[in-house]
Amino acid sequence: MGSKAPIVEIRNLYKSYHRGNQILPVLNDITLDIDEGEFLALMGPSGSGKTTLLNLIAGIDKADSGTIKVSGVEITSLSETELALWRATNVGFIFQFYNLIPVLTAFENVELPLLLTSLSRKERREHAEMALRVVNLYDRMEHYPGQLSGGQQQRVAIARAVVPDPTILVADEPTGDLDRVSAMEILDLMERLVHGFGKTIIMVTHDPRAAKMAHIIKHLDKGVLNVYPQNHL
Amino acid sequence: MYILKIISKNTLRHKLRTFLTILGITIAILAFGLLRTLISAWYSGVEASSASRLVTRNSISLVFPLPLSYKEKIRQIEGVKLVSYGNWFGGIYIDEKNFFANYAVEPKIYLDLYPEIIIPPDQKMAFYRDRKGAVAGRKLIAKYGWKLGDSIILKGTIFPGNWEFVIRAIYYGRDKTVDETAFFFHWDYLNENMKKTAPLRADQVGFYMIGVTNPHIAAEVAVAVDKTFKNSLAETLTETEKAFQLSFISMTEAIVIAIQLVSLVVIVIIMAVVANTMAMTARERFGEYAVFKTMGFRGWHIAGMIFGESLLITMVGCAVGITLTFPVAHIFATELSTYFPVFNVTTKTICLDIAAALIVGVVAALFPTYRAIRIRIADSLRRIG
Ligand SMILES: Nc1ncnc2c1ncn2[C@@H]1O[C@H](COP(=O)(O)OP(=O)(O)O)[C@@H](O)[C@H]1O
Ligand SMILES: [Mg+2]
Repeated sequence: MGSKAPIVEIRNLYKSYHRGNQILPVLNDITLDIDEGEFLALMGPSGSGKTTLLNLIAGIDKADSGTIKVSGVEITSLSETELALWRATNVGFIFQFYNLIPVLTAFENVELPLLLTSLSRKERREHAEMALRVVNLYDRMEHYPGQLSGGQQQRVAIARAVVPDPTILVADEPTGDLDRVSAMEILDLMERLVHGFGKTIIMVTHDPRAAKMAHIIKHLDKGVLNVYPQNHL
Repeated sequence: MYILKIISKNTLRHKLRTFLTILGITIAILAFGLLRTLISAWYSGVEASSASRLVTRNSISLVFPLPLSYKEKIRQIEGVKLVSYGNWFGGIYIDEKNFFANYAVEPKIYLDLYPEIIIPPDQKMAFYRDRKGAVAGRKLIAKYGWKLGDSIILKGTIFPGNWEFVIRAIYYGRDKTVDETAFFFHWDYLNENMKKTAPLRADQVGFYMIGVTNPHIAAEVAVAVDKTFKNSLAETLTETEKAFQLSFISMTEAIVIAIQLVSLVVIVIIMAVVANTMAMTARERFGEYAVFKTMGFRGWHIAGMIFGESLLITMVGCAVGITLTFPVAHIFATELSTYFPVFNVTTKTICLDIAAALIVGVVAALFPTYRAIRIRIADSLRRIG
């Protein structure tokens, strides 16, 4: 990687929330680089600002100051509309509670992000089927979320996140709602996306096993980042 | 295409709630349609009347007559093409509750003036030949089971006595707006009897009907007629047939306005019901809308889903409501034929139904859409996650 520019460059990022006339600082001067093909785990106590940071990187929240560049695009200066267009092709989001659309089948859920692309109906089908094959749920594609286990739903959600071939994948406690076995499956799958497909993943987690899968662990505490090499865990 | 799939699937998520909302819309549209039909039934006489026909009556009141001698004078006024005349007869058939319009007219010019009244030629000839002959509308004939050649007796109220008539012709309307429950007979028959029994009332007519050469000059002709008889013993009031009909209705105008208001209230109530359903629906789905937005879907995609669902529900309810309006209106038409000879669901009523349903659907979607679009993604994700 060496000379290559990082895929995510965060510089002097500040974010605070207002509650009435009280100001609650959440992120305090965050500076961070993430390289392409990296699997980064973001850890830290509850309320330390992990979700907030992840949302900022994913372009669904606005920072107070500082910049975030993703693949050379300074997303902190984009408008709401530009951000929506940017997210459609650059970010795959994996949620703790899967957040599949319950009235759509697994296949339709995976196809959803492709509706915002110029792909034909046939190409959409091919891409969605391919993504479902990657998560090993090709045979369940006509099932509705309610007919799938938590782990299977999360795999569908991962297929939905990767299907538009985004620049980065962000995951907010993707194993937080899963049993041990399912959690391991999800982590294996994410590891495979990084190693086999060269994806970049930024994952918020509480789970030490999850963190262990990652290449780099960053600790967020009271809005400040501390870096530990993996072997210090 | 895809959005239609999501909309229809969303609609079926709470089947009972959707069903009850659609049922509410169906009933509202049915009630609205029937009330509008009632209103147009009220005005049907006005709608059917022609702007090229004038009615002349005694300026004091309809109950005072005009001399028959006015006929020639009216005919000489410029712009007048045809003049007929008649009297409201007000006869009762067996019992007072069997009400129908019946009047004496000079028939030949009368039928020229009213081309919308259609009589088969042979029956028309039979009617002209028989001094006691009478013409009745097809619905009236059906109601009392009369046949051509039947003798019937009307008991006079304005003109005392039992009057015998022979049904010689059955008329039908050129279109649906024509009242097919009226009854008319030879004015001469009435007048001859009057000459014998009450000579002072002979040669007196209740109203003149005037056909003008051109509808644009109707107003001027009306003024000219009234001017002709100014300062005579019986001054006249001439107005278009439409105005004449309206003067009958105006006394009941307050009721019509009340019905109009009720029909609006029905729509406002259903608007509140659908708006409530859509607000509940959207609130439950804010999390999903946030997920859509995270993926890069935009405000107008969300708006499309909410408006689509709202409009789908209202339009299904509207379609069922309109479909039911026809058979129900038919029952009303049969039951109320005495009061409303013309009770038809008009195209205008259907258009109003559709417009009302569209407005309900749009209004119900506005507020939830506004909320769903405005809500910040990070906040709504936090709510579900
Ligand atoms: N919309 C908000 N308004 C006010 N405070 C918020 C809002 N969102 C998050 N916070 C606060 O910001 C802090 C960081 O939240 P979060 O990023 O969710 O932490 P983590 O994901 O590490 O648990 C918490 O104290 C939380 O209460
Ligand atoms: Mg969090």
